[in-house]
Amino acid sequence: MLVYTLKRLFLALLVAMTVSAITFSLTYLAGDPAISMAGETASDADIEYIEKLYGFDRPIVVQYFEWALNAFRGDFGESYYFRIPVADLLLERLPVSMTLGVSAISFAILLSIPLGVLAAMRPNSLLDRLALGISVVGQAMPSFWFALVLIVMFAVWYPIFPTTGSETWVHFVLPTIVLGYYATPAIMRLTRTGMLEVLGSDYIRTARAKGLPQHVILFKHALRNAVIPVVSLAAVQFGFMLGGSIVIESIFALHGAGYLAWESIGRNDLPVVQAVVLVFSLFYIVLTFLSDLLNAWLDPRIRVG
Amino acid sequence: MTTTIANRGLPAAEDIVGPTPGQQLRRRIFGHRGLMIGGGILVIMFLMALTAPFLAPHDPYFQELLARVKPPVWTTGEWKHVLGTDQLGRDYLSRIMYGAQISLLIGFAAAFISGVIGTTLGVAAGYFGGRVDMVVTFLITVRLSMPVVLVALAVVALIGGSLTVVISVLGLLLWDRYAVVMRSATMQIRQMDYVAAAKAVGCSTPRILLTEIMPNIMNNLIVVATLEMAHAILLEAALSFLGMGVQPPLPSWGLMVSEGKDYILFEAWMITIPGVALFLLVLAINLVGDGIRDVTAPENRN
Amino acid sequence: MSAVLEVSGLTVDIPVPSGDLHAVRGIDFSVDKGETLCIVGESGCGKSLTSLSIMGLLPKRAKVSADRMHFVGTDLLGMKERELAAIRGNRMAMIFQEPMTSLNPAYTIGNQLMEPLIRHKNASDKEARDRAIYLLERVGITAAASRLSQYPHQLSGGLRQRVMIAMALMCDPELIIADEPTTALDVTIQAQILHLLAELRKEFNSALILITHDLGVVARVADKVAVMYAGKIVEAGTVDEIFNQPLHPYTQGLINCIPVPGKTARGSRLGSIPGIVPTLIGDIKGCSFRNRCAFAHGECDTKDPFHTLSPGRGYRCTLDVPACEANAKELVSA
Repeated sequence: MLVYTLKRLFLALLVAMTVSAITFSLTYLAGDPAISMAGETASDADIEYIEKLYGFDRPIVVQYFEWALNAFRGDFGESYYFRIPVADLLLERLPVSMTLGVSAISFAILLSIPLGVLAAMRPNSLLDRLALGISVVGQAMPSFWFALVLIVMFAVWYPIFPTTGSETWVHFVLPTIVLGYYATPAIMRLTRTGMLEVLGSDYIRTARAKGLPQHVILFKHALRNAVIPVVSLAAVQFGFMLGGSIVIESIFALHGAGYLAWESIGRNDLPVVQAVVLVFSLFYIVLTFLSDLLNAWLDPRIRVG
Repeated sequence: MTTTIANRGLPAAEDIVGPTPGQQLRRRIFGHRGLMIGGGILVIMFLMALTAPFLAPHDPYFQELLARVKPPVWTTGEWKHVLGTDQLGRDYLSRIMYGAQISLLIGFAAAFISGVIGTTLGVAAGYFGGRVDMVVTFLITVRLSMPVVLVALAVVALIGGSLTVVISVLGLLLWDRYAVVMRSATMQIRQMDYVAAAKAVGCSTPRILLTEIMPNIMNNLIVVATLEMAHAILLEAALSFLGMGVQPPLPSWGLMVSEGKDYILFEAWMITIPGVALFLLVLAINLVGDGIRDVTAPENRN
Repeated sequence: MSAVLEVSGLTVDIPVPSGDLHAVRGIDFSVDKGETLCIVGESGCGKSLTSLSIMGLLPKRAKVSADRMHFVGTDLLGMKERELAAIRGNRMAMIFQEPMTSLNPAYTIGNQLMEPLIRHKNASDKEARDRAIYLLERVGITAAASRLSQYPHQLSGGLRQRVMIAMALMCDPELIIADEPTTALDVTIQAQILHLLAELRKEFNSALILITHDLGVVARVADKVAVMYAGKIVEAGTVDEIFNQPLHPYTQGLINCIPVPGKTARGSRLGSIPGIVPTLIGDIKGCSFRNRCAFAHGECDTKDPFHTLSPGRGYRCTLDVPACEANAKELVSA
């Protein structure tokens, strides 16, 4: 287990470094950052001044390592727009995104795992068809459009939930539904097929031959095996959700990191954009690392090598 | 003594004359409700995109400023603008028809680019294994840890939004699922006896990849391609909706939803129509993808 | 002797796209306490389905019916799932063909072994653990106590099958059904496991139904034999009767397929049964073996009578006993 953990950890660090390099290279994607910063009317002297000021005149590798080291210490530089440290901005905005992400993945899991299990227990039943319908619709519906539809419904027709802002938990209800529904189809499908496969397996037949009651067979013997791949998927989906939160946050005007990133993209505020990309990526890396460990704990074939 | 192996009126399993494989396949295709519905919608969308230049009632860019935000005909609108007009007085039906071109073009082109990248990586990893596999798996992990929407938004914003840029960015970002699926499919096929046989008779690696591996992972490839096509269409719509995708005045459906969102409280149809169009197109592609998977691998159903 | 299991007129139908597959077509048998019944036949003859239908483990879509299916005097067919579950693993237990996949990969051997005793006998963890260790030792597993914390994937196929046997014995069942328990194992392990089964059967004095396609196995462990072909029992009798006086041409053919050291001449061809099994979809009129039978005649196309010679001894053929015995000689000399 220790060797396994160390291996995963090493891989995670390597991925994190690569991602940070890619993120850093965003700076140069738009051409010379000094020129874009100085504006089109700037003189050569202005540009040179900016290059010196921000260190753009040094070799890229040096710049990268400096940036990465600072980022590692939690220093992402200063926002071009707000003129305050990016880290402060992030600390203020991240909790909102995290709250949204956690509530959305919880919503998705609470909806999709029971539905997937029930659907697998009675294939082709009404419930199975309902589950299939939910997943087919969920896969095809653009989330930004679903969000707008909910806004129309709950702002105009039945004004129950607020549609903008992030002050209270009520503000998170609609965004949670939209973002959670986005992750539901994949998790539900995997739960259903996994459960079907497990229920048809020889060891479930053994469990039945032992005369175990139905709930023990389902929850002890079947679900644990069926849920192993679902854990990884849920972690992946959680990561995707943070990325997807940019759309949802901007529609519901939730002041999270996604909304910040969207605004900053519009303002060409590169340090902020880079920081958000990097933080979201790192979060995903940590998540998948944790889900690998959880998987190993659930599946003795990994744990006890 | 001689043994008689005459059937003596006992039918063996082989004697029950079943439909030929071709008939079976046809029966599966036409008996698959999802595939039929999805295929039907997809054909209509294609026809809409192809015939837009001839059948669209108006120029999708012509602004009739005196006829702005006209509702569609089933509410209080007129037959002149069946689906109404947008905030600049442009005919909604014509824009929806031309919008189908954009969505389909982006879907196909992005799925093709990412398909080439992902399949190459996946097949290489699956076939060669070892170091190649390690590198590809690493690349997949790196790619998966980058938030797609955010990176796509940032890149499009930095380079500037145009159809080509959006297609390229999506094509370069969405190859991960191809690589994952093709890798495991290739690994399975590689262990088959017929691949060993091909190696034994001295076939070259490219030849084995082309004639032994590719035909057997084609089903998977097509299924992933449909998924990614749907994914690309949704992403383009989201990017355009956020203003960092296809730029106005192009009639992208996502852009139409975005332009209509200021009117949602009173003119909900303005977002409903392009939204439903998007939903139907993506639904159709997904249904076709699921259908192909079911039809080509009936043993995988349920 | 009282019968532990009495079955008569058992049928199993499975709906398939082209009709109903009549996998088991009305079979009768019984096992007594302390007796081993071998059900023999080639794959697809319905022997596994028979065992699963006794346990009530067939999928829901399979249709099971019988005139009589009594386990120690109680009717199994009329039972609700809950009542059946109280018997399964408790008073009757089953050992499966696939030891590699029959244990849950997510739980330890100990956890899975202890389950039936805790569930059926309200045993404490300690009691269940002691019993598990005792049985693991009995089935020949060394360091039994430490094995309890191991996972299935850490054991070989032979060890896993021993664990399955120990698991079946946990509640001291009156009936054990073993469905081809050695097919998936190496030949050397096969003999060990069979020996173990026979020995434990004696020690625990339970009834054993052993499903197999291997007549060699039958000769070594069986008291009674039922030979199945195409969903029906074509011959039944004690092990001596079956081997010394095989009456049905299928039984005769099977026995002919076994090489006998010293008897089978070097270089001579082993017996084989030509032809293939008829499809079990739809009804079969007449004898289902006639297309592979060297002695088939006109009557076989319409008739398929079962002759009971004595309780527990009978065969299914249109010919009488002397004619069948003559056929046996002809087959051996051919």
